[in-house]
Amino acid sequence: MSDILLQCAGVCKFFGGLTALDHVDFEVSRGEVVALLGDNGAGKSTLIKCISGVYKPDRGHITFNQTEITNHSPSEIRDRGIETIYQDLALAENLDVGANVFLGKERTRKFMGIFSVTDDETMRKEATKVLDRLDIHIPSLKQKLVNLSGGQRQAVAIARALYWNAQLVIMDEPTAALGVPEQRKVLTLVRTLRDQGVPVILISHTMQDVMEVADRIVVMRRGRVVANVMRAESTVDSIVKHIVGASEMA
Amino acid sequence: MAASSSRSPSSLSKDRVLDFVARSWAYIFLALMVIFFSITGRGFFSLANFANVLVTSTMVALMAIGQTYVVITAGIDLSIGWTVGLASVICARVMRDAVNGGTDVGLAMLMGVGLALLVSIIPGIINGILIARIKVPPFIATLGMFGIVRGAAFLLTDGQQIIGNLPANLQESLRSIGSGSLLWYVPTQGLFVLSRPTELPPEISRGVAALLPYPVIITAIVVLIFAFVLGRTRFGRHTYAIGGNQDAAVRSGINIKKHLTLIYVLAAFTAGIAGVLHTFRFTAGAPNAAEAALLQSVAAVVIGGTNLFGGEGKISGAVIGALIINVLSNGLVILNINPLWQFVVVGVVIIVAVLVNQAQAALERLRTNV
Repeated sequence: MSDILLQCAGVCKFFGGLTALDHVDFEVSRGEVVALLGDNGAGKSTLIKCISGVYKPDRGHITFNQTEITNHSPSEIRDRGIETIYQDLALAENLDVGANVFLGKERTRKFMGIFSVTDDETMRKEATKVLDRLDIHIPSLKQKLVNLSGGQRQAVAIARALYWNAQLVIMDEPTAALGVPEQRKVLTLVRTLRDQGVPVILISHTMQDVMEVADRIVVMRRGRVVANVMRAESTVDSIVKHIVGASEMA
Repeated sequence: MAASSSRSPSSLSKDRVLDFVARSWAYIFLALMVIFFSITGRGFFSLANFANVLVTSTMVALMAIGQTYVVITAGIDLSIGWTVGLASVICARVMRDAVNGGTDVGLAMLMGVGLALLVSIIPGIINGILIARIKVPPFIATLGMFGIVRGAAFLLTDGQQIIGNLPANLQESLRSIGSGSLLWYVPTQGLFVLSRPTELPPEISRGVAALLPYPVIITAIVVLIFAFVLGRTRFGRHTYAIGGNQDAAVRSGINIKKHLTLIYVLAAFTAGIAGVLHTFRFTAGAPNAAEAALLQSVAAVVIGGTNLFGGEGKISGAVIGALIINVLSNGLVILNINPLWQFVVVGVVIIVAVLVNQAQAALERLRTNV
C-alpha cells in the first residue's frame, strides 16, 4: 500500500496536563477500510477531530493528497473531500432524501421567470443516482427520513457525503444504534465505498464489524498507537489484548 | 413498505381513507361546522355574514402566518399580540397628529402605515437577537418582549384604551379601505365595483355584502407570498431544516443566526400588518387590539397541523385554523349561545387537533416502516 491518501505524522494534542495524543502516526491509503479501535479515552475521537479540523494538533503534521491540512478549518477540510459521518448523522428527518443530500446547497430553478424556487425534482433525481451507486433503493424518495430505517438513513448520510465528492469517509460508530439486518446493510455500504475507491476510517466498538470489513486495524491506547496490523493477520483475541493493554504486560 | 404490502387490499384502502381524514380533518371540520351553523343559525348562511367572518378572521390569520414560521423552527412568539397593538396605536397616532398638523390625508396615511410597519419589526429584531445569538429560550425572550411591547403601546396612548378622535376626513379615508371592498353585492340591484350605492332602503341595506373586502384581499396576498416562500424557496426549506434538526442545519452551512432572526422579524411584521388593518377597520388605534388574538393565533397554527416541536407546518393550515376559530365564534353568537363558551370550544378543538395530528403521524409511520 504505497498509495497513501491521508497521513498523520507525530501528531500530539494536549488538554492542559493531559496528553490526549502522543506522537501519533496514522495513515490511510486509497481503497482500504481502516478500523480505529480503542477503549474510551484512548484518543480515537481526538485523532478524528484533529483530522476533520475540529481540533488543532499541538504538534505534528497531517497531509491529505500530498497537501498539508494541519491547520485548516473544518469546512476547508470538508471541501477538500474528508467527510465525517457522526453517530447522529446530522440529517433533517422531517425532509426527504433529495432535500437532505442538498441541504444548504439546494438546486434552484426559475419560477415564472423571476422567482428562484427549489428544484426538488432534480435534487431527487441526483440523490437517486448516488443511492444507486451505493446499491441502495428507497421506495419513495418523497418519503421523509423519519419514515426510513436506520440503515437507509446511514445510506442517505453517506450519499450526501459522496455527492459532494468525498474522497475519504470517516464513520463514527455507524452500526451502534441499528438492528442486526441494518448493521449488515451498513457494513455492505462500507465495502461498496471501498470498492469504489473511497477509503473509510471506521470507528467501532463492535469487534465483529471490524473483523468483517476492515482491511487494517489500528488500535489506540492512552493516546498512542499500540498496534497497526492487517486484519488477515490478526485475531479477535490479539486485538482485544492490544485494546486492554494485556500485550504490554506480557 | 413490507408491512403494508403484506396486508389485504381492503385494509389498505381503509388505511387510505383514515389517512385522508387525518390529513384533511381541519378542512372537513370547517365544512361540517359551516353546514351545521347554516342549518341551525338564522342568518349564518348569507353572503354578508360570510364576508363578515372573513374580515374578522384576517387578524388571527395574519398573526398565525408569522407564528407558523416561528413554530416550524421549534420556537414560539408570545409578543406578537402586543406588536399588533403597538402598530395599531402608532398608525392611528401618527395619522391623527399629521392630519391635525395640516398634512394631506393621503400622505398622513402613508406616514402612519410606514412608521407602524417599521416600528413593528423592532420587537422582532430584538426577539431574534435574543433567541438566535444569545440563546435565550423563545418562550422567555418573547414573554419579556410581551411585557415591553405592551408597556410601550400603552405609553403611546398615555394609558388610554384607544387612540380615537381622528379627524372626520381621515376617518372617512380609513373606512374606505378598512371597510371597503373591491366588489359589492346589493340585493335586487346586483354587483357594484369599488363602491356601493348609498341611500338604500334598510331592508336592502341589510343584505349588502362586501364580496372582496380590502382587508381580505391584503391578507390573501400576504398568505400567498408567505406560503410560496415557505413551500417553494430555499428560505422555506432552511426554515424546515432548522426545525427538524438544528445541528444538521448548522453543519450544512445554513446561517441559522441570521435565519432565525429574520423569522422573528417576519412574525413581527405580519403582526404589524394586522395592527395597521385594525386601525383602518375601526378608525382608531387600540393597544389591546389583539389581546385575545394572540392565543388564538397559536391555536390556529396548532389546529392547522403545525408541530409545536418544530419541523412541520403549513401556511394553509394556519389559515384554516383561523377560519375555524372565527366561524366557531360567529356561529355561537348567531345561535345566541353565551360567547364565553367559545373559549371552551376552541380549547377542545385545540386538544383534538393535537390528538388527530399525533394519530396521523403514528399512522404514517405504521404504513411506511420496514
